[in-house]
Amino acid sequence: MVTVEFLGPIQKESLKLEIANLSELAKILQNDEEMRPWLENSAVAVNDMLVNSRDVELKDGDRVALLPPVCGG
Amino acid sequence: MLYLYDGALDVPQILKDWYEQEANSNYGAYIPFVGTVRSEDGIEGLSFDIYEPILNSWFEAWQRKAKERGAVIKMAHSRGDVMLHESSYIAAVFSPKRRVALEFIDEFVEDFKASAPIWKYDLRGGKRIYALDRSTAIKGSGILK
Repeated sequence: MVTVEFLGPIQKESLKLEIANLSELAKILQNDEEMRPWLENSAVAVNDMLVNSRDVELKDGDRVALLPPVCGG
Repeated sequence: MLYLYDGALDVPQILKDWYEQEANSNYGAYIPFVGTVRSEDGIEGLSFDIYEPILNSWFEAWQRKAKERGAVIKMAHSRGDVMLHESSYIAAVFSPKRRVALEFIDEFVEDFKASAPIWKYDLRGGKRIYALDRSTAIKGSGILK
């Protein structure tokens, strides 16, 4: 089971999904109308490391986080 | 060092603490940047969410870069609400010579704005409104679209 968390302003409860990679996650979230705008501008972290491509295998217990645009300070 | 606080920062105290921490470290320059909430477009204040695990690793990477140049970085940031004319952010660089600190504070604050996992909201009428138009997508965003 992989946990998917939505950070900051994304108003969505975390998910627990049986997925093996980020492409499978992309397909699931693309079917969620409310998530589509966030997919355009959000970064993705796997176990708190930012990733630059979907070619990331996921295993049981992994945590994925979506990080929308930031503005500290 | 990275310091996170609930609500507004006590600027004089933090600047004094940092000064005292490095008073005998033989740094020739101490260059702080203090960010203050301005009255703009009728906001009552700002509010912040922070994702600490990634903020910590981002900051540690910068601290390593600073160390390579003989410098040290300190940063303080608020969580939650910060009202007008209060401060939510302080960054400071200590270095042997001023040039390194002046360049470093600029690079550090620019990357902070673009990469640090902190989300800003305007406070209006008691509501928290995400400041999307002033926010920056983190490098590598959009891979799930």
